[in-house]
Amino acid sequence: MPDKTAPSPAGSGAATLADSAPAAGAPASAPDPDPAPASAPVRGPGARRRGARRHRWPAVVPFFVFLAVCFGLPAGTMVYGAFTVVDTATGTSEFSMENVNGSLSGAYATGLTGSVELSVVTALLATVLGTLIAQAVVSSQRASLRGIVVSASGVLANFSGAPLAFAFIATLGTTGTVTQLFHLHETGFSLYSFTGLVLAYLYFMIPLMVVTVLPALDGLRVQWQEAAASCGATRAQYWRHVGIPVLIPSLLGGAVLMFGTAFASHATAAVMVGSSQPLITIQIANALNGNVLVGQENLALAMSLNMVVIALLVMAVQIPLQRRSARWLG
Amino acid sequence: MARMKSSMKLTSRGIVLPLAALYFLVPIGASIWFSINEVDGVSFDAYTDGLGTEGLTTSLMLSVRLGLATIICGLLLMVPTLVAVALYLPKLRRVVEILCMMPLVVPPIALVAGVTTVLSWEQDLADTPLYMTFQALRDENFPLVLVLVYTVMSLPFLYRSLDAGLRAVDLRTLVEAARSLGASRLQTLWQVVVPNLRAAVMGGAVLSLAMVLGEYTVASVLSYRPFSVWMVEIKDSEAQLSVAAAMLSLLITWGLLLLLTTLAGGRSRKSSRRENGKKTVS
Repeated sequence: MPDKTAPSPAGSGAATLADSAPAAGAPASAPDPDPAPASAPVRGPGARRRGARRHRWPAVVPFFVFLAVCFGLPAGTMVYGAFTVVDTATGTSEFSMENVNGSLSGAYATGLTGSVELSVVTALLATVLGTLIAQAVVSSQRASLRGIVVSASGVLANFSGAPLAFAFIATLGTTGTVTQLFHLHETGFSLYSFTGLVLAYLYFMIPLMVVTVLPALDGLRVQWQEAAASCGATRAQYWRHVGIPVLIPSLLGGAVLMFGTAFASHATAAVMVGSSQPLITIQIANALNGNVLVGQENLALAMSLNMVVIALLVMAVQIPLQRRSARWLG
Repeated sequence: MARMKSSMKLTSRGIVLPLAALYFLVPIGASIWFSINEVDGVSFDAYTDGLGTEGLTTSLMLSVRLGLATIICGLLLMVPTLVAVALYLPKLRRVVEILCMMPLVVPPIALVAGVTTVLSWEQDLADTPLYMTFQALRDENFPLVLVLVYTVMSLPFLYRSLDAGLRAVDLRTLVEAARSLGASRLQTLWQVVVPNLRAAVMGGAVLSLAMVLGEYTVASVLSYRPFSVWMVEIKDSEAQLSVAAAMLSLLITWGLLLLLTTLAGGRSRKSSRRENGKKTVS
């Protein structure tokens, strides 16, 4: 069914408002006008270039050292620990697949699939719902509405973890306001379930998707819509043959980001449902705190490695897609 | 999919936005009501008395100090590196970008699993000077280890923000002008480059601060007690206070991002968009 109301005068939608992504910065103020003391020795351009070459490495060395120590060391330890077992009697460690096998069987396998399931469901829902909201905002020409949605999305996308869990417990928990108001417990609804987790996760994922997908929706030019319309395409045909194909890379990219966010989330679920839902992040935290068995650290490392592998596989999907998307929307 | 989307679009503004507003406003309204609703009526005790409790102020102050230290640490690492890469080491650009995005692939819980293991080497190092380093890292009053982990976690925001900022200024001309006027390298960086990147620096800093203030996973696994960990600890004894604290943290995030959009708004009016086909509002 064609929608006759939406096509708008060219240029108005795309040109309004600052976009939400940290876009181009520009000289906000002139640099300090006071030139530095002119006592520096005058050198020729050649000397300066040599000097530049000599001095350029010290600026990047701290960065690489920092990453090696604070990221490389823990990550390397994780991989190493995942593949070794420590003999408690002798204190020697040897290569073994025991931890990796352990982390992929029994309750831990359930936790891993539970996390993947939750992430897939929330990522799909957040992608669809976030895009619908963003498109509703883009197609509405009201700048004030857009301003409100963008700033609210920015805040809510950052409202995750423990505070979010408390907001949902206070709303839909056993003694929550809405639960008591509508006697939800009689309907069998429980916040401390898979559905409850989905509801809570969407609360920060949908805003994140809105912020992520808005620039892509802005990139759909009004001219394309007009060209399609003047060739006799209906609105549905426009979306099917032009809009969605151009957006697909951005949408999939957004879905990958949503998956990664949901997959890595720990605090919301830990505070809301504790260990009652099998999730790998909670199992890792429990193993690290020694809640399960003492000496499970290497098992926790193996589970962490599983998470990294899954995250890598999912992220790898995004890289070729982004290039295609950049060609059209860049 | 296309058909579904277009038929939903017909009424999108009429249905989607009110439903979204309902979904996003109800939990906030319900939480505020939860925190003020008493058996004998409405009471703001959770906000007036509760928010002054010592546990809250110390934990919030710890979070703020950690956040500021993270920002300083992150900026000191990233600004010189990105400037040097943009100017002299273009071949490293991809490498630096990939390294900065690595924390997105390693979830915080996985990172902290590795960190706990590294910290557990402390006993083995008891006889070496490194032992003192480990002690300093784990200092209860100001756990430097959290600052380091948070700095790693904030690299993606910092990179995106600073990279966008650097692309928008003509860095080479600025630096050559400053250098030919006799400024030293540090002077150039501090007095010429950084003021031109002010908006990008602020943007990255605000996002890092918001991340640190809400962070729970790393701090709780390493058993420190910043704001969100405190909030969880009191949830059983003082449920209303923990919900009030959650609302406070929402308010803080909102304030921080408002600050960011104010800064970014002032910036975008002056900047010219690079995107083709778009005109700048002037």
